[in-house]
Amino acid sequence: MPDAIDVTNLTKIFGTTIAVDHISFSVREGEIFGFLGPNGAGKTTTTRMLTGVIPPNEGTARVLGYDIRKSPVLAKQGFGVVPETSNAYTDLTAWQNLMLMGELYGLPRSRSVDRASELLRALGLLERKDQKVQAYSKGMKQRLILVMALLHEPSLLFLDEPTSGLDVQSTQMILALLRDLNLQGTTIFLTTHNMEEANRLCHRVGIIRAGKIAAIDAPEKLKTALDRVHTIEVSYDREVPGDALSRLEGVTSANRTGDKWQITTENRDTVIRSLVDFGRQHGAAIVTLNTIAPSLDDAFLRLTQEEAL
Amino acid sequence: MNPTAFSEQMRRAWAVAKKDIRIYYFKGPVLIFGIFMPVFLFLAFLMGSRQLPLAFLVSGLVGMALFFTATAVSPAIFPWEGQAKTLERLASCPITVEAIIFGDMIASTLFGIGITLITVLIGLGLGLSLLHAITLLGGIVLAACCFSAIGMLLAVPPTNVPSNIMMLSSLIKFPLVFISGIFIPLQQMPPWGLALAVCSPLTYFTDIVRYSFTGASYFPIPGDIAALGVFTALFTAGTMYLHKRTMPKRM
Ligand SMILES: Nc1ncnc2c1ncn2[C@@H]1O[C@H](COP(=O)(O)OP(=O)(O)O)[C@@H](O)[C@H]1O
Ligand SMILES: [Mg+2]
Repeated sequence: MPDAIDVTNLTKIFGTTIAVDHISFSVREGEIFGFLGPNGAGKTTTTRMLTGVIPPNEGTARVLGYDIRKSPVLAKQGFGVVPETSNAYTDLTAWQNLMLMGELYGLPRSRSVDRASELLRALGLLERKDQKVQAYSKGMKQRLILVMALLHEPSLLFLDEPTSGLDVQSTQMILALLRDLNLQGTTIFLTTHNMEEANRLCHRVGIIRAGKIAAIDAPEKLKTALDRVHTIEVSYDREVPGDALSRLEGVTSANRTGDKWQITTENRDTVIRSLVDFGRQHGAAIVTLNTIAPSLDDAFLRLTQEEAL
Repeated sequence: MNPTAFSEQMRRAWAVAKKDIRIYYFKGPVLIFGIFMPVFLFLAFLMGSRQLPLAFLVSGLVGMALFFTATAVSPAIFPWEGQAKTLERLASCPITVEAIIFGDMIASTLFGIGITLITVLIGLGLGLSLLHAITLLGGIVLAACCFSAIGMLLAVPPTNVPSNIMMLSSLIKFPLVFISGIFIPLQQMPPWGLALAVCSPLTYFTDIVRYSFTGASYFPIPGDIAALGVFTALFTAGTMYLHKRTMPKRM
């Protein structure tokens, strides 16, 4: 299958800041691709280049098979965009905004009307459709923007931090809708700085830091591949000497939290064996023994900080 | 449907124009400004120069009304939309920069024509007779296109501060009114004044209006129309070319 997005050496320079630095990646048709990075990493700048809002200084992006610089109209016809800052016309009603979108995408009026009603209902905005967007809450605005982006049934959807700063209800509604859309075949490009969201939603995640891509993989693989340091939690039924514990083979550090010991190691197997022997030697029985799964958070932090040192 | 086809882009330009009219032109202050500003200028002018014939004054009023209304709002649309981030929305939609500009021009052309027809009615109400209605109507439509292109040219500097661009456009618009034979008949102008006047498209439009009310014009009417046509083509091409280059700087 062809790639929905294919990016080669994309670069954007603002004055002396290199906001996006020769990045290359591709997004497969039908996947939810998460573009994850801390604030200022270059996510929005990348999204704006991919959606034809700003031109890159260097590099190319093919979106839905079209070069976004050479055939912008054809590429744009096929995708929808939920940008970082809400941008419906606040002097128009939700309905007028949607009819305008329909006309800008060349939809027949009857199609616009049907789609708009259906989507507004799905996102709980139908009763408020004739109200000016000015009066909308942040969450309602964001839901409307999503409806505007979906009106023409795009096969690819760009979302730039769609849930950042939203209430729980709007967030859940939006995430559920994205999952449904994806099941029906829509490719989704989602930027976020929320690891939990990327973890739950995305098939693959690209991590961007200071304009460069640090890693691209499935969230599960990123977690395990990156987590060289493991954490093991252990507790015994009686007091054991802490300094002896931290001198065991394979243990990097041992810290006490309540009645448990948090042990970090680069070799889980050796440490577990040592802990068992240690208990036997001190006449202490093991009450709990957990290996703690690495979180995407840890992987993310490591990836975005390690190389900066 | 081919989204890049000319007819399809024209339809999308019309969608932009309808949006502009809804949001920017049907606002109380804009309408009031559009109607009152030329009327007050005209009244001030009427008090100051009683010796000039009414037909001359009304022609000046019609000329000013069209010029000011067709250029009133369009320079500020991009800064407004840049601030509100709706320009980013348009930039990510399948519409060319040219079609967006054209849509903005259609809106200001229609607004200019509408307000100007009111001033023509005022002239008729004051007892003037309209000798060449078709010529006047054609002149108004052509000049409205020309002035709306000027309005968009004034919008070229890529700032997102509406007041800056309004200030700049006033600096250009007011002097243009003074060199266009609105306050002083072309016949009474010194040669250097006339040399300036021929550079202003407003001169030719005012000449057409005078001809429509009095039957006499300074230039031959086909010449006026040709001059307006050339200015319109030049300004339209220029504004599209320049906006295409500056649009990314607004984002
Ligand atoms: N229009 C602009 N002008 C100048 N610098 C910009 C502009 N947009 C973004 N930047 C800079 O580019 C970098 C990346 O920004 P951005 O893409 O918004 O990051 P993110 O969306 O990941 O938070 C930041 O350092 C930001 O200050
Ligand atoms: Mg951002």
